Amino acid sequence: MTDRAQHRPQIGGIRSSFAPWEDPAARPLVRFDGVSKAFGDTVAVTGVDLSIYEGEFFALLGPSGCGKTTLMRMLAGFETPDGGRLMLEGRDIQADPPHRRPVHMMFQAYALFPHLSVAQNIAFGLRRQGLPKAQIAARVEEMLALVKLEGLGKRRPDQLSGGQKQRVALARAIAPRPRILLLDEPMAALDKKLREETQFELMTLQQTLGMTFMIVTHDQDEAMVVADRIAVMREGRIAQVGRPAEVYETPVDRYVAGFIGDVNLFEGKVAATNGPILRLQSDDGVFDAEGAAAVGDHVWLAVRPEKIAVYPEAPGGPRNLLAGKILDYGYLGDWTTYLVEIAPGRTIRAARANATRVVDRPLGCGDPVWLSFAPSSAVVLTK
Amino acid sequence: MKRGPSAFNIASVVLGLAFLYAPIVILVIYSFNASRLVTVWGGFSTRWYTALFQDAQMLDAVWVTLRVGVLSATLATVLGTLAAVALVRGGFRGRTALAGGIYATLVMPEVILGLSLLLLFVAAGLPRGFWTVTLSHATLTLAYATVVVQARLATFDRHLEEAAQDLGCPPWKAFALVTLPGIAPAVAAAWMLAFTLSLDDLVIASFTSGPGATTLPMRLYSQVRLGVDPKINAVSTLLIGLVATGVIAAYLVQQRRRSTR
Repeated sequence: MTDRAQHRPQIGGIRSSFAPWEDPAARPLVRFDGVSKAFGDTVAVTGVDLSIYEGEFFALLGPSGCGKTTLMRMLAGFETPDGGRLMLEGRDIQADPPHRRPVHMMFQAYALFPHLSVAQNIAFGLRRQGLPKAQIAARVEEMLALVKLEGLGKRRPDQLSGGQKQRVALARAIAPRPRILLLDEPMAALDKKLREETQFELMTLQQTLGMTFMIVTHDQDEAMVVADRIAVMREGRIAQVGRPAEVYETPVDRYVAGFIGDVNLFEGKVAATNGPILRLQSDDGVFDAEGAAAVGDHVWLAVRPEKIAVYPEAPGGPRNLLAGKILDYGYLGDWTTYLVEIAPGRTIRAARANATRVVDRPLGCGDPVWLSFAPSSAVVLTK
Repeated sequence: MKRGPSAFNIASVVLGLAFLYAPIVILVIYSFNASRLVTVWGGFSTRWYTALFQDAQMLDAVWVTLRVGVLSATLATVLGTLAAVALVRGGFRGRTALAGGIYATLVMPEVILGLSLLLLFVAAGLPRGFWTVTLSHATLTLAYATVVVQARLATFDRHLEEAAQDLGCPPWKAFALVTLPGIAPAVAAAWMLAFTLSLDDLVIASFTSGPGATTLPMRLYSQVRLGVDPKINAVSTLLIGLVATGVIAAYLVQQRRRSTR
């Protein structure tokens, strides 16, 4: 990468050198090529194109019923696509039954074998590969150490805590060294604190092993934390694929903008354009924003709450100014979010980092405030 | 609050148990009767047990019954388990019809089942005897075994089978390594039920048995018609002991498995 490239402003402000999807010569590990699947009259997945690369931590994100689990189960071999092709390392694997695919899955409820000990559970996939006994025992010990469960090999699954079961399920799935590990809502059953710890452990583990992970989740925070790329799904289709920062900062439509994080939308018509800046005429006022649209287009401006500045007094300079009063606020410790009423029945969310402990003019319910956002902070959406 | 059971509770429990077990207790007591008269107590004796073990016909009937029971229960359990798997896991058309076909034998009068089996064997030219009784008992108990296994299988987590397949097991192996250990208590219970049903069947055995394959219920029934022989009490007591031992052993095995978990 050249110096120039390193210094150009980047979306999300995070630079990562791992981006095989930007390399046209890179061959994907997994490729969904126009894959569709219906259950009776219900369409689960339709026309999905997706490439996942070696070493990637890929997240399928969407609400329940969006088809993300079906997509994952097709890769594992438990569902057969109605149309399209499914390739692993350049080979069509649709005819392979689940037990012949080098793809392992960590099930949502863990699906540990209750009649086997922890060590026997982890050894299960290794024994099917026909490895020698000594090698299996060594690999089981290695896996137990990897997931920090040394000495628990003789326990039964029902003698373990929820977090321990989750680790056993993980160890069992990665022990036979699959080409790709599928994780179906792996942290749904854990409490918040344990979930956050586990997220970072998963990332560390994935990098240590250099394995490709694909996670299915409905939790956008989880996807943002762990994944290199996120595919946001909606009603059986991929709405957007990109790095967490891209999906967050440049959503392609209102659905993605609203699904990932909070967003304020201003709907209106483009009144004028001036270079990269366009002027939006909306019911809430006139706003300037950076974006590509023609005069007369019906568009939405999407502005994240943290990109809206909150002033206790009318400021002199900024553009895109809105006046209102605080209807409600939520103190979250690190952040305070404000619900500001700018017209009867019309509210805007703004968030402010609590950068200092002591505030000169604390804001409370009913206080008048002024809001503003920079033209570059708004995203222009056409759908 | 009064502690412990009331007089009413005690009375109802005693009466209930008496209603269930008094006939059996009387039978056991009279098996040790010294008198030849079944209804008159003549002092304690084990002479009828000694006589029983010298009665070749009776011993032969016991032996036939046990063999028929073990073979037919095993056959019915294997077929019933397979049928249960098909009914619970199979996504094929006509599943409801198959379920109906299997369960119909539960409500079919035994006399009709026995008669139809007899007609079938005659038409097929099969000589009636040990194997026709065994097959018929498997037919009778198949539905019971299916119901018992199916109930357990319906609540068995399907993801466990998928996990086994995912880790490299073909479907049959996933069933053998993961599903079968999980439903083993139900399979054992199905076998016990089938064995017990075969043990006390008189109607179907009467229709489908032939010379040389007289089961114990058939022998007892024909003897009672000639007058009650105290040996019958003795053989019945032994049978009760056998079944009770089996049930208690099964219970203890389950208890132990639970406590080691």
